[in-house]
Amino acid sequence: MKIKIDNIKNSALLARLIFSDEEIVKLTTEMENILLFFDKINELDTSNVEPTAHVMNLTNVFREDVQKESFDRNQILSNASSHQGGCFSIAKVL
Amino acid sequence: MELFELTAHELSYLLSSKKTSAVEITESVLGRISEVEDKIGSYITICRDEALKRAVEVQKRIENGEAKSPLAGIPMALKDNICTEAIKTTCASKMLSEFIPPYNSFVAQKLNNSDTILLGKLNMDEFSMGGSTESSFFHKTKNPWDFERVPGGSSGGAAASVAAHETIFALGSDTGGSIRQPASFCGVVGMKPTYGTVSRYGLVAFASSLDQIGPLAKDVTDCALIMNAIMGHDDMDSTSLRAFYDDCTKGLINDVKGLRIGIPKEYLSDGINDEVRRAILDAIDVFKSLGAECEEFSLPLNEYAIPAYYIISSAEASSNLARYDGIKYGYRAPKYTDLLDMYNKTRSEGFGTEVKRRIMLGTYALSSGYYEEYYMKALKVRTLIINDFQKAFEKYDIILGPTAPTTAFMFGEKENNPLDMYLGDVYTVAVNVAGLPALTVPCGFDSKNLPIGMQLIGKALDEKLLLRAGYTFEQNTVFHKRKAKG
Repeated sequence: MKIKIDNIKNSALLARLIFSDEEIVKLTTEMENILLFFDKINELDTSNVEPTAHVMNLTNVFREDVQKESFDRNQILSNASSHQGGCFSIAKVL
Repeated sequence: MELFELTAHELSYLLSSKKTSAVEITESVLGRISEVEDKIGSYITICRDEALKRAVEVQKRIENGEAKSPLAGIPMALKDNICTEAIKTTCASKMLSEFIPPYNSFVAQKLNNSDTILLGKLNMDEFSMGGSTESSFFHKTKNPWDFERVPGGSSGGAAASVAAHETIFALGSDTGGSIRQPASFCGVVGMKPTYGTVSRYGLVAFASSLDQIGPLAKDVTDCALIMNAIMGHDDMDSTSLRAFYDDCTKGLINDVKGLRIGIPKEYLSDGINDEVRRAILDAIDVFKSLGAECEEFSLPLNEYAIPAYYIISSAEASSNLARYDGIKYGYRAPKYTDLLDMYNKTRSEGFGTEVKRRIMLGTYALSSGYYEEYYMKALKVRTLIINDFQKAFEKYDIILGPTAPTTAFMFGEKENNPLDMYLGDVYTVAVNVAGLPALTVPCGFDSKNLPIGMQLIGKALDEKLLLRAGYTFEQNTVFHKRKAKG
């Protein structure tokens, strides 16, 4: 099973990561080896098996829709690299 | 003996009999840190002044009878992925190297309420992804038993600091073995609780269905005391279990007569170091001599646990780490052309190699066309692994085996082959996949005087039984008393 470099590049796009051409080649080889190892799970017959996302089988954990105290705005902004007028500031979106 | 060499329960006795004070103990441990930290590198942040100030406050509370916890006055340290209000929490990553949480994690708050004293934040593999602490953005941590060797990971700083007496106890986190394997490599006790019993509120998420916080301690008694302090339901963690949380110290009984211990034969066959195998077989003999019934059996799905684990954890990690975008907190790339470029550069510059590799694996496994083949398949294999354990626990009370296939390896040994590092998790990952509790206790040393750990796996919520088996083993052996030279 050979991974196509295009698939790796697509994953990088989705993950918002950029790699140099050399890094992509190295990563492709590494991932290929790891994914080959992952393929082992296909030896098992899971045709009648339900997936388990969470071991505890919790059902919806709700609370009443009641407003509670939250953090101080300045506290929350204190970790941002830039903020303005009480908001996070970022590059133009559109 | 110096105060810093003692256990929490020994110090608690000295405190209650007024033979020492919280300040004296804290000064002793801080003195020890000054002496050895340059050589070992367990810490990312040391809170010297804050710890001494807090020790004074705690001592007052002890003197006027307000500090009732058995951990009152005990200095401790936390892995640096556990949020501590107003104290840098970096996850050993450039991405969070300046991050100061505006809140305390549940466990930090609980330990605070128990009048413990925070010494600082401990080194780890970046975002908990690794088995050696080598991927920390800041520095490597040395194994106190041999400075050329890794302490294990990802809670390497936690394990090394306990082994080197740079803290009386520590909290780490365990997603695929990250408490147990370093505890084994450093010759200390480590426990991963049943999933859902220790709140993940304030634990920087790696893989949400696998992560658990747990103790690293000098002995099983301390481990039980810490478990009591940190277990419990928490409204702030929607995966927190509503259950009856019994007193873990009820497990500290020196008796294993009639205990049914199962040893998976797959654990002792290929891939395990001979000396580790020998130590485990000797440990089984100890249990037998104390009246436990020990028997080999088959856990046929164990070999599928690692691929299932790495698919699930990488997928969950890729999702959890999507939040690091340079906007609300964390590193932001200094130069970029537009928003997308900012995201790309921030993440590519802020994350290390292993983190990026896992994000890529997770993204790939979840992407259209591969989701069924990898992620869904892994979740089905997870069901099979859970069933495999359930079947085993119909016959046995505890499953026993090695914690790691080797003792601590050399720095750089696994650098060129990431898969090699992953295979070191062979005994630990299935436990996280199934959400079960597991305890590692020192059970021997190899010919290089490196510690060997034995892992005990229990049924969900059966921590007391694991502690009983571990306590009994400890009471009848002396491995936990040997000290690292470092």
